[in-house]
Order: sequence, then C-alpha cells, then structure tokens
Amino acid sequence: MTTKLMGTPVQRVEDQRFLRGLGRYVDDVAAGQDVLHAAVLRSPHAHARILDIDVDEVLDLEGVHAVWTYDDLAGPMAEPLPLLIPHPALSHGRTQYALAKDEVNHVGEAIAFVVADDRYVAEDAVGRIKVSYDFLPAVVGIDNARAATHLVHDDVPGNVGARLEQNVGDAPTAIEKAPHRLELDLTIERSACMPMEGRGTVARWDADINRMQVWTSTQTSTGVRAAVAVKLGLDLGQVDVITPDVGGGFGVKINHPWPEELLVPLAARTLGRTVKFTEDRREHFISSAHERGQVHHVSVGFDDEGRLLGLDVEFWHDHGAYTPYGLIVPIITSTQLLGPYKPQNYRVVFESLYTNTVMVTPYRGAGRPQGCYTMERTMDAIAQYLGKDRTEVRAVNFIQPDEFPYDQGLIFQDGRELEYDSGDYPASLEKIKALIGWDDFPTFRDSMAAAGRKVGIGLACYVEGTGVGPYEGAHVHIETSGKVKVATGLTTQGQGHATVFAQLVADELGVKFEDVEVVTGDTRRMPYAVGTFASRAAVMSGSAIHLAAKRAKEKVLKIAADALEADPKDLQIVDGVVSVKGSPGTSIDLGTVSVLSNPLRYAFDEASKAATQFSVGDPGKPPVPEDEEPGLEGKDFYSPERATFASGMHAAIVETDPLTAEIRILKYAVVHDCGHLINPMIVEGQIHGGVAQGIGGALYERMVYDESGQLLNASFMDFLMPYVTEIPDGIAIDHLETPSPLNPLGIKGAGEAGVIPSAAVFAAAIEDAEGFPITAMPISPSELFELRQTRKDTP
Amino acid sequence: MTEELHDVRLTVNGVAHDVQVPARRLLSDALRHDLALTGTHVGCEHGVCGACTVLVDGRPMRSCLMFAVSAVDAEITTVEGLTEPDGSLGPVQQAFAECHGLQCGFCTPGFLTTITAGLRENPRPTHDECRDMIAGNLCRCTGYQNIVKAVERAAAIQQAASVEERA
Repeated sequence: MTTKLMGTPVQRVEDQRFLRGLGRYVDDVAAGQDVLHAAVLRSPHAHARILDIDVDEVLDLEGVHAVWTYDDLAGPMAEPLPLLIPHPALSHGRTQYALAKDEVNHVGEAIAFVVADDRYVAEDAVGRIKVSYDFLPAVVGIDNARAATHLVHDDVPGNVGARLEQNVGDAPTAIEKAPHRLELDLTIERSACMPMEGRGTVARWDADINRMQVWTSTQTSTGVRAAVAVKLGLDLGQVDVITPDVGGGFGVKINHPWPEELLVPLAARTLGRTVKFTEDRREHFISSAHERGQVHHVSVGFDDEGRLLGLDVEFWHDHGAYTPYGLIVPIITSTQLLGPYKPQNYRVVFESLYTNTVMVTPYRGAGRPQGCYTMERTMDAIAQYLGKDRTEVRAVNFIQPDEFPYDQGLIFQDGRELEYDSGDYPASLEKIKALIGWDDFPTFRDSMAAAGRKVGIGLACYVEGTGVGPYEGAHVHIETSGKVKVATGLTTQGQGHATVFAQLVADELGVKFEDVEVVTGDTRRMPYAVGTFASRAAVMSGSAIHLAAKRAKEKVLKIAADALEADPKDLQIVDGVVSVKGSPGTSIDLGTVSVLSNPLRYAFDEASKAATQFSVGDPGKPPVPEDEEPGLEGKDFYSPERATFASGMHAAIVETDPLTAEIRILKYAVVHDCGHLINPMIVEGQIHGGVAQGIGGALYERMVYDESGQLLNASFMDFLMPYVTEIPDGIAIDHLETPSPLNPLGIKGAGEAGVIPSAAVFAAAIEDAEGFPITAMPISPSELFELRQTRKDTP
Repeated sequence: MTEELHDVRLTVNGVAHDVQVPARRLLSDALRHDLALTGTHVGCEHGVCGACTVLVDGRPMRSCLMFAVSAVDAEITTVEGLTEPDGSLGPVQQAFAECHGLQCGFCTPGFLTTITAGLRENPRPTHDECRDMIAGNLCRCTGYQNIVKAVERAAAIQQAASVEERA
C-alpha cells in the first residue's frame, strides 16, 4: 500500500548528485570543452561622465576574441534595460544600459565586455582598456539623497524616484485625539543576499537550426528568455533558457536581465562559439544588488491598554542607482509592516531615493524585515511607555482567529487587496512564550544578574504574504515505462523542489516516489512560468502540479476502465498499478495504460504492439476520441485571486558583556505557521537558514560605503557572514498549521520567514538587557559600546 | 605575448592527469576547467568561504589559494573521490543526506572534504569539536544546524563500519 508522503520528512532526491560532486551549476556547463570566457570592465568611480574609452591595446593581446563597449551595441541592445515592474507612483524610474552610455552611476557599473580564450586573459585585456572620466559628486546614503545637494540623475529632481502614500481611515487625526502618543526614528542599513554561487551565464548559438541556448543562474528562466529574445531580435521560439542547479539565490537572481545575460548570448551569436561569464566575488558585491537600507519615522497614538488608535509611518528607501525592480521592496515594507495587528487608522508614505550605489532588488524578506522592525519596535516602545508586558500590548492588537478573511484596506505588492486568508496569532503567542520561557525570564535575569551577567529577552511577530501570482503551471507525463516526468517552469535554488513536488505527484497519482522525476526552470519543458520569489514555489507550482497530476489521473482511470471493462469509480492506483478495488487480480500497470493512450501505426518494442492499429480500437470510432489527445499527460495552471498569508513569531535571549559589549545569543525560538507542511524536514531547514541569515543581518553584515561611493568591505574577509561560530547551537522550533483556504493543498510559503523578524528580535533583546533604546540596526559590539558611552556622557 | 605553459602531472582521486597550464592557473580552475572535475566549487577566490577545499596529501587546502603547478607530486582528493568505488555514498556524504545537511549544495563539497579530514584526525569528536571542525566554512542556506548533526552522524557511521571491519 502506498503511504501518503505529504507531511513526511522524505530525504531529498537532489542530494544524490550534489553529494557526489555531480551537480550541474552554470559554471560547470561545458567544462573542459572549448569555451570562450568573458570579463567585464567595471567603473571604479561612483559617479562620472565617460569622455572616452580606448580599447586599442586590447585586441593586440593573444587570446582575445572581441571587445564591446556601448558604441558597439545596436537596436534594442542599445536601449536601457527593461523596467520590469512599472508602477504609476514610479514617476522617475531609471534603468542602466547593458554597457554604460556616457555616464556611470555606481562603482561596478559595466563599461566594456571582453571575450577571450580564458578568464585570465579576459581580465588581462580588461586591464588594458583606458577610460577617461569627468568626475561628478557622488550621492551616498539616505541623508545625502534627501538633501539633494547633488543629483544622481540630472533629470530626477530631489533624487526622488517615487513617492507613494496609502491611507486607511484618518491616522493623523486619530493620533492627535489619542490619550497617548509616541514618535520613533528607526534605521536599518544595507545588506545583501550573498548566495555562495554568484551570477553566471553560458550561451551557445546553434547556426544549423538558428537557435539560442542559454544557461543562467537565475530565479526566472522565462523572464530571461523573453528579455534575450527581445534584445537580440530573436523570436521567442528561437530561445531556450535552462536554469541548471543554482547555488543559492535569496532574491538577487530574480532581477533580470543582468547585462551579462544579454552580452553573453550576443557574443555567442557574433563569434559562433560557446561563451561563458562567471562573476567573481568582488563583482558580486559591486555589480549585483543590495537591499534593506531604510530610515523610518513613526507617529503612533494608543489607549491605556496599548491598543493602536492611529499609526503614521513615513520612510525613505535607498534604491541605489537604478530601479529595474520598481517599488516592490518599499511597497512590501509599507503594507507588511502591519503584521498581525489592526492599526484602526493607518497612513504610510514613502520616498524611494536614488544614490550612487549598487541598485536595490529584493533580498529574502524583501522589505518585510524593515516593516517588522518598525512595527515591533513601536510595540515595544508602547509597552515601555505604559509599563506593560510586551506580549500583552501585542495581544490586544491582534486580529482574532474569527476575523478572517481580514482586509487591511491596502493594496499589496501584487496590485491586489491586502486581505489575510487565515491565521491564529493568539495561539502562536502562547506557543512562543512557552518555547522561549517568557514568564520564567525575570527569575533567570535575576540569577544571571547575581553572577554579574547581563541578559535580555525580545520577541517579534510577523505576517508574510506568500505565493503571489500571477500563476504557475505544470506538466505531468506518464511514460510507457510507467515512470512519471514532471515539469514546472519556476526555478530551484536549493529548496528541494524535486523532492517536495515528487511527493505531491506520488500521492495524487498513486505511484512510487522514486518513479517521479521533476524538472524545473527549463523553458523547453514548460514555457509558461513566472519565477521563484516571494515564498511562492510550493504554493504556486505545488498547487499546479497537484492539479496537473489530478488531470493525468483522470485520464489514466478512463483508459484503464475501458481496458479492464470496469467503472472508473471502482478503480484505484497503488504503486503504479491500476486495479479494481476488491479484486486486485483485475489490474493494468501505468506503463500499459500509457501505451494504450497513444494509438500507434508503428510498434517500437514488445509492449507498444498492443497499441497498433490491428490490435486495438473500435473500427467504428476515431482512434483518438473527440476532445481527447494522444498520450498520457496532464497539464494545468494555478492562478489564485490573491496571496496567502503565513505568519510566525520569533524570540531570543541574549547576553551582553558588561565590559566588551559583546553580544551572545543564549536561546533562539521560532513559532512558524505556513499551513500544511509538505516536508517538515525541508521547512525546518528553510527556517534554520533564514534565522542564520537574520542573525547575520542583525549583528554582523552591512555594506560600508565611504563618502565617495567606494564599497569598503567588498569581500568575505570584510563583509561578515556568519560561520557556525556565530549561530546558536540549536534553534527551538514549533509549528502551527492553519491551512490556507486559497489552494487545494492548504499550504503557505515558508522560504523567507526565518529572516523577517531578526532585526526586531535582537533590537528588543539588546534593549531589554541594556535598558536604553536600540533604534539602529545592525548593531556591532563597538556600536553598543559607543551607545553605552553616550548614555554615560549625557546624564 | 604568449604565456609560457608548464607540463604538470596532477594526481586526483588516484588518477594521473597530464595538463599544460600557465604558472598562474589556480588549482581550483585546473580541476574544474582542465580536468572537468566540477564538484569542487569556487565561492570567493580569496580563501574565506571554503567551498573549494580539497585534500592535498590528506590535508584540507583551499584550492583557490594554490597554483596547479604547486600541486605536482601531491595526492589530491576532491569531492568526487569521496564516493565509494561501487558508487555508493561515502560516510560523510551519507550523513549529509540523512541529516539534510545541504540545500543548494554549492558549499557542500568543501564541507565534505573538510569533515573527511577532520574525522580522520579525530574519529570521535565531541559535540563542540564537531562545531569547531566546520568553523572555517561558509554556508548561506542551512544555518549550520544540520551540518553539525551530519558531522556527528558521519562519525557514528564510520565507527559502526570500523567495528564491523574488526568483527
């Protein structure tokens, strides 16, 4: 009997190749073959006009095949890169050119593209290019962008790319009338995704069939395909994009097309050779994307219980030099800031600002960490002001379980209403309090204080809109071998999709797990798809795969019923065999059903003889019935009305060293609600990784720019990503499962959740330990030490 | 300008490969691009992340910080060489599969080689020693929790195997 796999910790199928060193990442494609390699000349200056580019010395170098600058680009390639997500409020959207035209706007911007026999020679060549610049003042940081003494783009007044305001009720008046009021200023600095594998692209132009094949380390193969076709003047049908194994994404690889994703195919077609570009780590720091940098001002009015009466938030978002990804990040902050709470009256306004730094696109959490930090710091401030327990103030503001669906009255990142589908926030709060030991903490604090040690506790709550549209699709094909081949178009960068999607198919079709093979991110197999972002893969592709498997199953039962002369309702499929319930002897295996699904003229093996014209079929009817297709396949798409809202709460106990201000995490606890779990082992892995990334973002990682726009810490030596030594030994996790009513599996997304509340949790815990407000994150021991000194100096 | 090439014999996973490389060719690039052994990954090219770790005469080394020409006369083991001759997973690989010690898999080869050497030196590590053993490698996906478990599991698998061998 086949046991149900949904909800069980099935071991990952992809690990078998990864562990043997047989994964296929983009730089592995065509390894050891005759491939040309590309390198990019990048601007060493943050802001400058380009007066002249001299490439004369480059082509003399042995092994160099070609060099491109802006002047060598023509047609659509000479136009700016696409603005992927336009928005009416983005009045001054700007995108870069594939190669800089006249001006550079951040250190790292691509200026010239060299193709040579190997990367070493290509880098030698890049070093020989001479560029003359006319330097312009660099705008670095939100304060300078707002001051607008200098402009990033001459035609963007005030450096303001967009201003967006949303209102629910009348927050300013409600705050004015409220019995209590507070104001807060809260800052978060820049960080970045930093996948272990950077960006990379390989392209091969097949002149025999006029077709372009592109492998790229992306989170959207269909997006790249459309862009390559448009920019290179090819029909969509001439371009295949294959996403091989991807060594982590975390958001940065959803942006597309990167200049190199167009220049590599262009070079491949021009030179008639396979061309590869693999960025190095410094390039990743200065020419991919960052996130998180925002400054927030909060005004809040509340009653004696801490109940919100009005919330007014103004914030400034540093989007860097260009806006290819539109306003997604600040829109998410402005909407998801509300978390599990009812603000009564809410006004939010943000300005999205240009600076001469690397552009900003979503990083795991995508604006939510900043929103959560802003809201949760406000909750803590209210509790402190009223002298109440921090969990009580949160509890009085929760949306209650009987209030779903709950419409927050705002427009979310997908252009749809921000309506929460389900959740149980009071239950989560009880769980997190128990898990971290909230009520016992005062005793623990006292005992630690008696030993001269200083500890603090903090918690933070979040709600995360996951599984946004527009859609994903799936194709399920049962081959004559009985093996099941599944394709979905979105991509995979470590989430174990080949495992969880195979679990769903095995359950629905009644086949063995090991007989299911899943392919993702290959436009040859599924040309209609959106991409992997916003914790959407399980919800979107999972649902689509479930529906496609259902369709395939319907067809199986119909054909099997004919063959077994039974009613489809009486049939069952177990371990790939269709049988009549109660009489297991009357059966047919799926492979044979597949043979019968495709009426043949020509047999190709013993089994297929059964489907040839003298063996099967009613001569009075067409071999393929009307409204049917040959083959045992199912295809379907899932397109929900709106996102489904996962939620959770994190809590931490930290110790701060009284002398050195070193910050140590003593305990970290997570309560997580992503609806039904497909594979709890994988969900917990996602939480572990998110928490670690959150710890990095709260205590270690930041992008340090100097005033001239140089990124001072563009290496793993200086950008402090956590090793195991920085991550707690054990993370306590408890799950709550409130199913989503919006999809057939009742699931919600889980990918980003682990990272969302970290800045809020650590700010709260450190504040609790130290007894003074923490309003800027990340925080290092030196900064905490400085804060202590400032407190001493200002009595 | 023509780059001078050097004849180099690289012994990788017990197999000798003769290649011609410039003096500046990194061992990591020679393994990946000249020998097409792409299991060894390059994450930072400055010796911090550990993804490119291979065993040189049994000792873990960052192959991005070594020149191919300096690896002559050495026995190099890459992740491909950790798999058993019959194609089954070696103990550290097996432990990673059982403990969900990997997600995207990019940093994994460096962890596998590092732990293989670590357990050779210390076959019965304490929990803290398991954490220390992997403290020089970066992983961006797993938060290390399950990698630590995998080190403990790998030690257990190896101990069970050596008991079996003795018996």
